Amino acid sequence: MPRLIRKFVIPGDVIATGEYRFGNYIERRNNKYIALRVGLAEIGKGEIKLNPLSGPYIPHVDDQVIGKVIDINPFGWQVDINSPFFGYLPATFVFGKEFSSSKDELSSRFKIGDLMMAKIEAFDRTRDPQLSVRGPGLGKIPKGEIVKMSPTKIPRLIGRKGYMINMIASKTGCEFKIGLNGLIVLTGPPEGIIKAVNAIKMVEQEAHSAELAKKIQAYLSNGEK
Amino acid sequence: MEKRKLIDENGIRLDGRKWNELRPIRMEIGTLKNADGSAYIEFGKNKIVAAVYGPKEVHPKHEVLPDRAVLRCRYHMAPFSVEERKNPAPSRREIEISKVIREALEPAIAMEDYPRTAIEVYVEVLQSDGGSRVAGITASSLALADAGINMRDLVVGCSAGIIDGTVVLDLNDVEDKEGSGDMPVAFMPNLNQITLLQVDGIYTMEQFKQAFELAIEGGKKVYQMQRQALISKFFGNKAPSEELEARE
Repeated sequence: MPRLIRKFVIPGDVIATGEYRFGNYIERRNNKYIALRVGLAEIGKGEIKLNPLSGPYIPHVDDQVIGKVIDINPFGWQVDINSPFFGYLPATFVFGKEFSSSKDELSSRFKIGDLMMAKIEAFDRTRDPQLSVRGPGLGKIPKGEIVKMSPTKIPRLIGRKGYMINMIASKTGCEFKIGLNGLIVLTGPPEGIIKAVNAIKMVEQEAHSAELAKKIQAYLSNGEK
Repeated sequence: MEKRKLIDENGIRLDGRKWNELRPIRMEIGTLKNADGSAYIEFGKNKIVAAVYGPKEVHPKHEVLPDRAVLRCRYHMAPFSVEERKNPAPSRREIEISKVIREALEPAIAMEDYPRTAIEVYVEVLQSDGGSRVAGITASSLALADAGINMRDLVVGCSAGIIDGTVVLDLNDVEDKEGSGDMPVAFMPNLNQITLLQVDGIYTMEQFKQAFELAIEGGKKVYQMQRQALISKFFGNKAPSEELEARE
């Protein structure tokens, strides 16, 4: 029977000693594994993981993010993706190989202030992350209510196989666009949006609690917090 | 002027503490909504807020480091933090303390995880009562943890010193000014490394050793409070034991 031990840790804590494979936010010192963040550590068979409870969004290739155009230069758009690093969307990714900075007008596709759903195409920390808007579900976001939450809690909002988000969506009648960078855009009936925003805030505040799904369900069904 | 006695024959200090006693300490995390991370500490009569912004892009651009983050610290005392109004412009002392706080925090932060960015730490002293730099360091390291910046360890600060020839823990303002020596120490308790050690006054070798060990011992007590503050902020009171039950 595989046993999984879960442990609350703060920076500097020893999560485990011995031989393990380990993920992000963990540092190995001799044969000790040290937590770098406040979070929930999971010690499984031969493997340790740390789910942090706070922190900025660090881009990873293939992540879907929501960004806002903050600047246009002749060859692309600079996009704020709620991260220490700005995203860069090259014009050739939108106009194609035949892009010419003299013929094509960049602001005809994205203006300053426009929201977009984008994918991280490349990121290696030496340069700003490159974005792409080609693919299903990607591109400009024309309307919606934007909500910000801690990026580390997005997986909790989505839930196992999308359980949590599907529940909120079906109970409130809202449609969600979720960026892994902590931005969420929702569209739907106004009263649904209010409920959905409250549910998102609840997820953020109680991300560590074990019966989160039950609490959210209770709130959405009878309006009790 | 006749010097008053700072410690009486029973070993009791002016504020009623014994030689190895800390002042009452209270910590709170996440007090400021607009900062990425924040903490508030009351260390005796000290009241200090620490706020962290970042990692974020560096301005001016030429200060960017290609392989690591830049850490910026500002220690500032509010005009109303002391008895006589303090000029809010940064003084020589504040600039120095900003520097030593930066150097005390830097070894704990995984700077190479955030290349080309800046991390800013603001330490604002609202009320000052001696030992504010070590309390500031303690609060900033909590604020950094709250901001979710990768850290190898927390940093904890505590001071010791000499009053009337006796080595004592955690000097307050009067003891600092009228005593004969002050020694702020900051260290990383799990890594067992010192990140700040300043000394003023004249110490014998024996006194130095004693004061240093006393400060470390006091720091370890402060670390337990730091820990508790973080745990209750993030995990609530539902987690008296830090280890959750094993499940399948």
